[in-house]
Amino acid sequence: MRESTFRTQMIEAREAPDQRRGLSGWLRANLFNGPLNSVVSVAVIGLLAWILWPFLKWAVVDANFLGSTREDCTGSGACWVFISARFESIIYGFYPAAERWRVDIVFALMAALVAWLAIPRLPRKRLVGLFTLVGFPIIAWFLLLGGHFGLPEVPTRAWGGLMLTLTVATVGIVGSLPLGVILALGRRSKMPFVKSVCVIFIEFWRGVPLITVLFMASVMLPLFVPGNVEFDKLLRALIGIMFFWSAYMAEVVRGGLQAIGKGQNEAGQALGLGYWQRMGLIILPQALKLVIPGIVNTFIALFKDTSLVLIIGLFDLLAIIRAGLTDSNWLGFSTEGYVFAALVFWIFCFSMSRYSQYIERRLNTSYRR
Amino acid sequence: MLRPSTSLPRRGQGPLWRNPTVRALIVQAVLFLILAIIIGYLVHNTLNNLEARGIQTGFGFLEGRAGFSIPQSLIDYTSDSSYGTTFVVGLLNTLLVSALGIVAATLIGFAVGIARLSTNWLLARLATIYVEIFRNIPLLVQILFWYYAVLRALPSPRESLSLFDLFFFNVRGVVMPDPQPLAGFSATLWALLIAVVATLLFARFAKRRQAATGQALPVYWIGAAVVIGLPLIVFLASGAPLAWTLPELRGFNFRGGINILPELVALWLALSIYTAAFIAEIVRSGILSVSHGQTEAARSLSLPGAITLRKIVIPQAMRVIVPQMTSQYLNLIKNSSLATAIGYPDLVAVFAGTTLNQTGQAIEIIAMTMAVYLVISLTVSFLMNLYNARTLLKER
Repeated sequence: MRESTFRTQMIEAREAPDQRRGLSGWLRANLFNGPLNSVVSVAVIGLLAWILWPFLKWAVVDANFLGSTREDCTGSGACWVFISARFESIIYGFYPAAERWRVDIVFALMAALVAWLAIPRLPRKRLVGLFTLVGFPIIAWFLLLGGHFGLPEVPTRAWGGLMLTLTVATVGIVGSLPLGVILALGRRSKMPFVKSVCVIFIEFWRGVPLITVLFMASVMLPLFVPGNVEFDKLLRALIGIMFFWSAYMAEVVRGGLQAIGKGQNEAGQALGLGYWQRMGLIILPQALKLVIPGIVNTFIALFKDTSLVLIIGLFDLLAIIRAGLTDSNWLGFSTEGYVFAALVFWIFCFSMSRYSQYIERRLNTSYRR
Repeated sequence: MLRPSTSLPRRGQGPLWRNPTVRALIVQAVLFLILAIIIGYLVHNTLNNLEARGIQTGFGFLEGRAGFSIPQSLIDYTSDSSYGTTFVVGLLNTLLVSALGIVAATLIGFAVGIARLSTNWLLARLATIYVEIFRNIPLLVQILFWYYAVLRALPSPRESLSLFDLFFFNVRGVVMPDPQPLAGFSATLWALLIAVVATLLFARFAKRRQAATGQALPVYWIGAAVVIGLPLIVFLASGAPLAWTLPELRGFNFRGGINILPELVALWLALSIYTAAFIAEIVRSGILSVSHGQTEAARSLSLPGAITLRKIVIPQAMRVIVPQMTSQYLNLIKNSSLATAIGYPDLVAVFAGTTLNQTGQAIEIIAMTMAVYLVISLTVSFLMNLYNARTLLKER
């Protein structure tokens, strides 16, 4: 016979919950709340001690920071003199020393614009945004390249270092966003030819690696223009990067467009608004706001991939450091060089990703458990 | 009193450009014209330039003798092979490093992603730090770091670091024992095949039995025992027909054993570590995407934790994880083209690099290289769409 479904005896009382507070209570709750967790915690602490301390010792405690030649490195740790001795060229590349104030102005202007756009409290976002997309590139172009208004011309051959990295990233961002929006709209168009052109364009660029795009830009683009036209190397790379990332941007924007209900568009139609009015005044402002995190993530990916221009022979931040490593006076500092490059890129990307998370939290009004 | 308005134009009576159908046609015709002009202009320029530089077009160059050597090839290749062979060699090397990277990145990614959700505070923080560090540093920097700062800093072959005297790490890569199958080894492979087929049949039987009687069989344990046990027994019974050639230091270098290029190791490490950071985030968000109500419902049915995880959380999380994971795999395959920065002989380095420089057939070579990546991407996207259609939430 089967046993009764009901218990006839009381279950034993559970232990009262741990009431300890403070450090020991926290440790018990978070690190040592079971045999397995205790083992894991000890292992992690061991791992950290094994990696972190030697690294800090190498990077900070035993390291040398200032000097001008490798003889200034007397400690057993990292030789940051390698970086500090060529700091100027890491920032400006081969930009003539007398003209570097122009780069500084562009840097400062860019920092101010980005800060204005990033801080939610500041007003007139639309105006500043428009200026960043249109006015700023023109000003930066005239300042950096020169050749007008009495400024001596600095050919793009001389551009390099962090300045070139930021130039490539900015042009990529400023160019790919509007192009991506148009492609996304085209992909959702009801006109079959427009739609298929956009789909083919987007899927093509998304299907190939950026490296082949850069190769194409450097070996194939010169074939596309009349033989006597000089085609700037940097410009070729920029065109490739812009097309490539506009496809990714288009997919991000499309995600936002799909999230906007059909009723919004229909309401616009009922009011008698035309296509561009509906898109510009109703759909896009909502859709773009929704996908700001996705757009920032694409910016991060774009920024990281600017380092690829070194493969076609442009001297960005990474390439300048790499060039320094082949200097016969400074052989054997590749760890310092690459760690520094990694740190610079990391600072930029990490701040952007933090910002995107912050925006996501701000826009997220859903119920949280 | 209502009177029908006569002043409003009826459909088709207004000006022609106000008619949506006509306007759509006009817009598309204009776009077509613009594109045709641009493409025609580019083609015209290209043909002129090619003629001016005396470059032949067409794929005839693929028959020509390559005349350069490639340090790693999965098929027979000598410098007498054709340019067409360099394409195959490069493609296979790309696929090799991609396959290795995908396996490692998946393993690391799942481990880190689950660790981020651990209740152990330290472990979760460690996993977060891993993700935040590695996904915010360009892959190229990581590849160069592993290659130049780590692997190039290893000792010369004579002072190799050794592991059990079987694996040797030095500046020329990793040397490991080379398995040489002797006569009779095929029996083991057959046994493995039979074991896999038997396990699949057994799993089907167990599923049908569970549907009929409600009793579950320990399929995983029995299956694992059969798949590992049967080949092992056959292997031992046939007298262990596998010889290992061990690496040996002769003079300045190693003889025997398999030598894995340092370029391959560096690329593999960087690709797996970098992609794993993204996979970890996908796994985490996938698991978090399963609504709390599901686990609460499982608990109210008093399902144990392990079964809740296996039967309720993971199947639903997979629906979110798999599509994003495939796009990460595609990224990894595309990113493997960064090999060219350290000289690993992949498709881009060999074919779009050396072969292009030697032949100057830029258009054909770049087109072939891009076509390879495009075919891989489009195939995977197509399979992904099939998968999505199958696992779509079944709703009324």
